[in-house]
Amino acid sequence: MTLDTIWVYAEANDGELSSTTQELLTKARDLADTVAVVYAGDGDDIAEAAGSFGAETVYATGDLDDALVGVPVAAAIAAAVDAGDGPDAVLLGTSYDGRDVAARLSVKLDRTVITNVVDVEVDDDTLVGTEPIFGGATNIKTKFTGEGPFICLVRPKSFEAEASDGDEADVEDLDVPDLGNAGGATVTSRFAEESDGPKLDEAGIVVSGGRGLGEADKFDMVVSLAKQLGGAAGASRAIVDSGWVPYSQQVGQTGKVVKPNVYIAAGISGATQHLVGMKGSKNIIAINKDPEAPIFGVADLGIVGDVHKVMPALIEALENR
Amino acid sequence: MKVVVCVKQIPDPADPGALDPETRTLKRDVKLILDESDSYGVEMALQLVDAAGDGEVHLVSMAPNNERSGLSTALAMGAASATLVSDPELVGSDALTTAKILAAAIKEHSPDLVIAGSESSDGYTGTVPEQIAGVLDLPSVTAAKEVEVDGSSLKVKRQTDAGYDDVECSMPAVISVTAGVVEPRYPSFKGIMAAKSKPVDEKATADLGFAADQVGWDGSGQEIVDVVDAPAREAGEVIEDDGEAHLKIVEFLDNLKVL
Repeated sequence: MTLDTIWVYAEANDGELSSTTQELLTKARDLADTVAVVYAGDGDDIAEAAGSFGAETVYATGDLDDALVGVPVAAAIAAAVDAGDGPDAVLLGTSYDGRDVAARLSVKLDRTVITNVVDVEVDDDTLVGTEPIFGGATNIKTKFTGEGPFICLVRPKSFEAEASDGDEADVEDLDVPDLGNAGGATVTSRFAEESDGPKLDEAGIVVSGGRGLGEADKFDMVVSLAKQLGGAAGASRAIVDSGWVPYSQQVGQTGKVVKPNVYIAAGISGATQHLVGMKGSKNIIAINKDPEAPIFGVADLGIVGDVHKVMPALIEALENR
Repeated sequence: MKVVVCVKQIPDPADPGALDPETRTLKRDVKLILDESDSYGVEMALQLVDAAGDGEVHLVSMAPNNERSGLSTALAMGAASATLVSDPELVGSDALTTAKILAAAIKEHSPDLVIAGSESSDGYTGTVPEQIAGVLDLPSVTAAKEVEVDGSSLKVKRQTDAGYDDVECSMPAVISVTAGVVEPRYPSFKGIMAAKSKPVDEKATADLGFAADQVGWDGSGQEIVDVVDAPAREAGEVIEDDGEAHLKIVEFLDNLKVL
């Protein structure tokens, strides 16, 4: 059982699709006969990449003059739906822009959004999304009851990305209607934080620190160990909220979902907020002084000890190898 | 400047309760508290009004059983007044319906600015602020980490994957703020006492112009069809550090061939 058409909201950098977009396209191929992408930009930039993941068409808005994408992209999709040219479902990744587009689109079309989806299946002519609650201890399955298009916000890393060897996608214009008052937000400049080493959500090894580090300076240990291992440094919500570490390094329900080969949690107790973002890691090592900490419930190797002793000793031991 | 802040009252995240097997909604019979994510919005609103030199902060909340303990916290922080929407008909409302209800309550106050948290700490759909903006046909900036009012427009640093964007936005507008954006104040004793006499306008669904079948389970375009336990992850070996535990980690990493 499949739907006729699914559109995936594509995010890309320099012509390369984001990993979440690749994952969504891979899944969409199983769910629908025809898969296309919606892109806020020049469609030619991603036509080849989108085609290689099975998209037949890139519906492109063209240059949006630095508008925040939520309003114009949603308006453009809604206009296509109103004209009878829309899809049966729209899949979007849970990202800053993906959420904006999904939320605006839901208002435009007066349709619900199913959020935080980690799996999606076709049931008759509707979709059913699986969403983890209580930090992933329980999954609920939610079905769309009304008419389509069904809007799903899917969490990153929910599916394995697999190319389809498809041909370059056709590019078609997706007209953006007049946005009126709602279109009043414009990006005036963009800043990228300096970071060396792999990206947090793509790294094979992630070392994260939490409140147990005691003070902001001690996060340097986490960064050093991550660097030694060729991995990325992450953080729990507690120390991001405290301003020790930028939000872009947060691992958890809010923040990044990571599934590295090795995850090392230093001074992290393992609140459900954190666990949901990292418990898909293949191997988990936890260092915490509280033997009752929930993080030990998911760790393959748990060290009950003082991070201020174990971490420096570990860093030194690795240096001496 | 008039600022409306959306605040959610949630079960204590340290004790999140359970799913009611009958209704498949979160059990909300426990005492609710102000969602910490929203305390940042309240603080930011208070600071912006302070900086503007005049105006006030009004709160809007939708909660079961006329629950107001979380609202009281926000009032004690310094908000002037609140609207509390509570109605048994609202049980089962999806995020879009919630946004419509909140938008209707917000509209009555014609604010210059609406502030919400980026996502709640219990449901975390993360769509409601942008949906409110959509319903009110206002521009919006989500994931704001710094906000400044400059005449009739906003200058916002918006969180991105790579870093942040500087965004300019006309007002009135809706913004959602990330956690940690400001340091929420603790309510003072004076604030707590003053909160007791601040006006809280209680509203039912019909007061905002909605019929029963437009809200709750009936008005939501989704239904929960199954609740299943997720596969649990097995815990591994836990050892006490005897001064040599780091070697155990080295050995573990060595066995994985990642060194």
